[in-house]
Amino acid sequence: MGDLIFIFASACVINNFTLAYFLGLCPFFGVTGRLDTAFRLGLANIFVMTITSIAAWFLNTFVLPHAPYLRLITFIVVIASTVQFVEMVIKKLSPALFKALGIFLPLITTNCAILGLALFSTNRGYGFVQGMVYALGAGIGLTLALVIIAGLREENDLGSVPKLVRGVAMSFFIAGILSMAFMGFAGLFHGS
Amino acid sequence: MSPPANPKSSWDEFVKGLWRENPVFIAVLGLCPAMAVTNSLKNGLVMGAATMFVLVGSSLLVSLLRKVIPRAVRVPCYIIIIATFVTTVDFVLAALMPVAHKQLGAFISLIVVNCLILGRQEAFASKNTTPMALVDALGMSAGFTLALAMIGGVREILGSGSLLGLRLFGESFEPWAIMILPPGGFLSLGALLTLFAWFKERSEKRREREAV
Repeated sequence: MGDLIFIFASACVINNFTLAYFLGLCPFFGVTGRLDTAFRLGLANIFVMTITSIAAWFLNTFVLPHAPYLRLITFIVVIASTVQFVEMVIKKLSPALFKALGIFLPLITTNCAILGLALFSTNRGYGFVQGMVYALGAGIGLTLALVIIAGLREENDLGSVPKLVRGVAMSFFIAGILSMAFMGFAGLFHGS
Repeated sequence: MSPPANPKSSWDEFVKGLWRENPVFIAVLGLCPAMAVTNSLKNGLVMGAATMFVLVGSSLLVSLLRKVIPRAVRVPCYIIIIATFVTTVDFVLAALMPVAHKQLGAFISLIVVNCLILGRQEAFASKNTTPMALVDALGMSAGFTLALAMIGGVREILGSGSLLGLRLFGESFEPWAIMILPPGGFLSLGALLTLFAWFKERSEKRREREAV
């Protein structure tokens, strides 16, 4: 159990996917910086990451021992098609959830955070439960980071920022300072 | 490969990736590798070279197959082509440069989801002849490598006080450890983006003055 809590906290805050691994930034800096969009993007990420961890565990256990060189190709193809399939199921079963996740569901399938999650959890040799916990932690951590950055960016739009750094450059400085703050979590577990 | 029909325009295609449409500094694409692995100049260059191989290879294949791939399933096709080249580069690096491969780790595999590469297939290679697609891929990846080298150089100079492993300053220099850690990636890219915005503003002002 302590092991699982450590995996969760490590993925969520200590090695935050956005602030320590720079994963999942492209749609965020590229598309939008609004608070509610960031939150929904995060939700969709948690969702897809959990599915991905199941798919990755399945592939690692049953398929890839026979053909390790196909790892990358199978990960990409299987994850993308699983998400497409789940998307159809949700659309049928729960239109409300489908609406909340919206356009982000198909978009983030090819997001680096998703493939990153599958690769990292494979490299660390996580089992089924550990993989799920890792995915949940990573997803929640990603949402946390995106929401904080989006909130700061919204405030920032109203302030008097020099013209030169307005926009993307300022977002990077914000993210950098936030990343420093998250480094403080590194001492959360002693001897780890 | 026949030489491009119009040498000037193909030169333009090449140069645009280096500066005017630089993938990192202007289009803000491919951020994940641009910050994650650039804690030294060498890592930045290795990553740039790996990305160049994948981008040139997949642009070549996509532009050759552009009449064969059906429009409806083009993105999955591109992804499989890209993933094949990335797997190749992953194994080649593991064999030739085991130390660098270990440092870059999963980020080599993550070249697959670099939006720069898929973006070039969708926006350019699928619509242009093979020589032009090659020129475009070379220019874009050279621009990407340049950006990675700049970020990596800045971070290595400030964070370790060295460049390509050679010590630059005397004993009294205290390295800014923060620059080789994750926050340094955000900060140095932010600073470089500001620098580029400044260059752009200055050249626009000069053009205005010349016009008057």
